[in-house]
Amino acid sequence: MTRKIVLSLLAIAASFMAVAVVYAQSGYPTDDDVNRVAKQLYCPVCPNTPLDVCETKACQDWRADIRDKLAAGWTDDQVIEYFVQRYGERVLAEPRRSGFTSFVWFLPIVSVAIGLVVLAQILRGWKAKRRAAVAAPTAQADDIPPEVLQRLEKELKKIS
Amino acid sequence: MLYDLGYFALLIAFILAVYSAAAGVFGAQTKRLQFVESARNAALVVFVLLTLCVLIVIYGLAMLDFNVAYVADVSSRAMSLFLRVTALWGGQQGSLLFWAWMMSGFAAAVMIRKWRRDRELMPYVIFVTMGTLAFFIGLTLFISNPFARLWHDPLTDEIVTALWPPKGMMVFTPQDGQGLNPLLRHFGMIGHPPTTYVGFTGFVIPFAFAIAALITGKAGEDEWIRTTRRWTLVAWLFLSIGLVLGGRWAYDVLGWGGYWGWDPIENAMLMPWLTGTAFLHSVMIQEKRGMLKVWNIVLIILTYSLSIFGTFITRTGVVGSVHAFSKSAMGPSFLIFVAVTFLGSLALMFKRLDTLKSDHELDSLLSRESAFLLQNLLFLGITFAVFWGTIFPMISELVTGTKITVGPPFFKQVTGPLFAALVLLMGIGPLFAWRKQATAKLGKSLLIPFAGSAIVTIIAAFAHWPRHPFPLALFGLWLVSLAALTTLFEFWRGARARMQSQGENFFVALGHLMWRNRRRYGGYIIHLGVAMMALGVVGDEFFKAETQGTVGVGESLAVENYTLRFNGLRQYPGSDGREIVEASASLYRDGEFVMTLKPRRDFFVTQQQPVTVPAVYSTPGADVYVLLVGWEDIGRDASTFKIYVNPLINWVWAGGITFIIGTLIAAWSSLDDKRAASYVIQPVVGQAASLSKV
Repeated sequence: MTRKIVLSLLAIAASFMAVAVVYAQSGYPTDDDVNRVAKQLYCPVCPNTPLDVCETKACQDWRADIRDKLAAGWTDDQVIEYFVQRYGERVLAEPRRSGFTSFVWFLPIVSVAIGLVVLAQILRGWKAKRRAAVAAPTAQADDIPPEVLQRLEKELKKIS
Repeated sequence: MLYDLGYFALLIAFILAVYSAAAGVFGAQTKRLQFVESARNAALVVFVLLTLCVLIVIYGLAMLDFNVAYVADVSSRAMSLFLRVTALWGGQQGSLLFWAWMMSGFAAAVMIRKWRRDRELMPYVIFVTMGTLAFFIGLTLFISNPFARLWHDPLTDEIVTALWPPKGMMVFTPQDGQGLNPLLRHFGMIGHPPTTYVGFTGFVIPFAFAIAALITGKAGEDEWIRTTRRWTLVAWLFLSIGLVLGGRWAYDVLGWGGYWGWDPIENAMLMPWLTGTAFLHSVMIQEKRGMLKVWNIVLIILTYSLSIFGTFITRTGVVGSVHAFSKSAMGPSFLIFVAVTFLGSLALMFKRLDTLKSDHELDSLLSRESAFLLQNLLFLGITFAVFWGTIFPMISELVTGTKITVGPPFFKQVTGPLFAALVLLMGIGPLFAWRKQATAKLGKSLLIPFAGSAIVTIIAAFAHWPRHPFPLALFGLWLVSLAALTTLFEFWRGARARMQSQGENFFVALGHLMWRNRRRYGGYIIHLGVAMMALGVVGDEFFKAETQGTVGVGESLAVENYTLRFNGLRQYPGSDGREIVEASASLYRDGEFVMTLKPRRDFFVTQQQPVTVPAVYSTPGADVYVLLVGWEDIGRDASTFKIYVNPLINWVWAGGITFIIGTLIAAWSSLDDKRAASYVIQPVVGQAASLSKV
C-alpha cells in the first residue's frame, strides 16, 4: 500500500517535470520558429537527440531560452552562435566547414574523387590489355576460313 | 544451482571452442583427419551448450529470478512474459550470449550441410568461426556474465554482483527488477534485434570460407563463393530486415517523426550492409568473368570486420561518449580483436596474392563490368563517409580536445549525392552487357523509361508546383522513376521475348521468366524495392511538413490541408507500471472529418522515463503523425501538439517488403545452380548440318 502511494506521488512529481511549459500563442516566435533553430542544435547531455525533439528538462529550458532570444529580436544565427559560445562546438548538428572539422567534410569527397581516378586508370589498363591480347594471336585464326567465322558469328547472334 | 550449471556450460563451451579452432588447424596441417572430425564434433557440442545457456537465462527471466543480476536488471514483475523472454537480448550480458549462440548455430549448420562438399576448406572454416566464437564466449564468460548473482554484505549493507558467494555474504533477491528500458517495451523487440544479430553473425560464414580458401591456396577458384552465396544472401537478407524493422520501430516509438537518425548505432548496422551489398554484386564478376578475386576477398574481410565493429559500437556505446572505455572493459578487447582479425586477414591475403591471379580484360569502358566497379566504388564511398562521420567526434576529441557532433545534416549532404548516383546506376546498370555494350542499343532500351520518367516528373512538378518548387526534389523523383521504369521495362522485355518464342500470354510468360531466372529477376525485384524506398526517402526529405502549437479544448492546429482539433485530455494508469496521459483530437482533411487520433505520453514510474507514443493516420500518399508534446497542468484545458505530415513514407515500408520478397526469390535457386553446371549451348541439329556444309 505504502509502495503504491510512494509510486503515485513520484508519478505526480515526475509529470510536473516532464511537462513542457505551455506558452500562450501570441505571434512571433511560434513553436515552429523555435523548432527551426532547435533542429540545428544538440544539447550536451542527450547524445544523438536533436534539440527540437528532445524531451528532457534541460532541453526544454534551452528551447525556452531560444524563444526568449528570438522574442528579443535575435536572428537564428545569433542564437546558434550564442549556444556555441556558451557550450562549445558540440552543440552544432552540422560540423563547421572550417578549422579541424573541415576534415570530416572533405575527406569523404576527396576519397571518392581519388577512387574515381584510380578506377578510370584500372579500367583503361584492362582495356589496353585486351587490345594487346586481341592483336597478338593471328596465326590461329588462319585455321578457320573467314566464311565459316562469319557464318558462326551470324548463328551465334541468332541464338543469343 | 541452475545458474552454476549455466556457468559451467559456458566455461566448457569456451574451452571447446578454443580446442576446436586449434584441433581443426592442427588436423589439417598434419593431415590427421581424426583431429578435424574431433574439431567439428566439439563445434557442434558448443552449439548444444550455448543453447543450454540461453535456455537457462530465458528460464530465469520467465521465472522472475531476481537473484540473478541480469534478470533483476532487465525484467520486472510488471512486464509481460513475452517481453521478459525478449529481454534475453535487452541488455549487455544477454545479448552477447545470444550473439554467440546465433553464431554457433550458423557454424554448426554450415558444418553439417557442407561437410562433404568442401572438405579441404572445412578445417579452416572451423578455425575462423570457432576463433571468433571463442572471443565472444570469452567476453560473456569473463567480462559480462549473464549468470552473475546478487549478494548482500551484512557488514557494510552493500549489494554485490558476483558469480560465487563472496566471503561472509548472503544471497540477495530483490523484490522486483529494474525492468527493460521503456523504449524497448514494444512488439518490435521480437523482430529487430534478433534479425540484426542473424545478419551480423551470418557474415562470419562467407568470411570463414574466404579465409579458408586463402590458407589452402584455393581462393583463386570460385568454390568458396559458390558455397557461401546463399549464406551470404541470408545474412544480408536478415541485416536488411533488421534495418527496415529498426526504422519502423524508431518511427513508432522514438517520437521524432522519422525512421533514420544517422545515430552511431544505426550507422554501425548500415556499414556492413553497404559493403555486403557491394560484395554480393562484385562476386558476380568473379563468377562470370573470373575477375576481381582480390577485391572480393577485401570486400568480405571489410564486411566481417564492420560487423564486429558494429557489435562493438552497439555494445560499448564508445561513440556516444568517449568515456565509455573506462566504464566497460570490453572496449579495448573489442578493438584489439577487430584490429587483429582485420590486419591478419589482409596480411594473409597479401601473402597469398599469387593464388589470386586473374586476367583482367575489358572490351569497352561501357560494359557491365565497369558498371559493377563504379557501383562498388559508390558503396565503399558511402561506407567510408558513414564510418568517418561516425568516428570523427572521437578523433576530434583526441586530436584537438574539442567535442563536436556530427549529425544528420552531414550524412545527408555527403551521402545524398552518392546514393543518388547509385539509384541511377541501379536503373541503367542491368541493361549493360558483359564485356561491351553498344551505345545505340543502350539508347534504344533507355528511350521508353527515360520518356516515362520525364512525364512522371513533369506531372509531379505541376501537381505540386505551388507548394514545393524544389528542383532537387524533382530531380529525386525523376531519378527514382527512371530506375523503377528501367527495371519494370526489363521484366516486360523478358516476358515479351517469351511471349513471342513460346506463344505464352503475358502473365504465364512473366511467371516462367522469373521462375527460370530466379537469381536475376529476384535481383530486379530487390531493385524495385529499393526504388520504392528511395521514393519514400525523397518524399520524407523534400516534401515533409511539420508544425507545433498549443491549443485549448475546441481549438485547432493546421498544417498543409489537415486540421487537428483538440477535444480533451485524460490520465489513467497503464500496464507495465506506466502512467498514461492521452489526448483526444479530431483530424480533418480539407475540412472533412477523417478520424479521432489519440496521441499519448506514457510515463514509466520506476525508470522515471517518459515515452511519447504518436498517433498516426496512415495512407499511401502520406502519414499524419501527431505527437503530444506537452499540456497545461492545471485544468488540463490546453495541450501542445506536434504534427508531421510525412508524404510517401509508406513507400519505405512497402519497398522494404518488396525488397525482402526479392531476396527470398533470389536465394531460392538450388535448381538453377545444378542446371548452370550442366548448361551447354546445344545447336539445333539442322543448323549444325548446314554449318558443316560450308
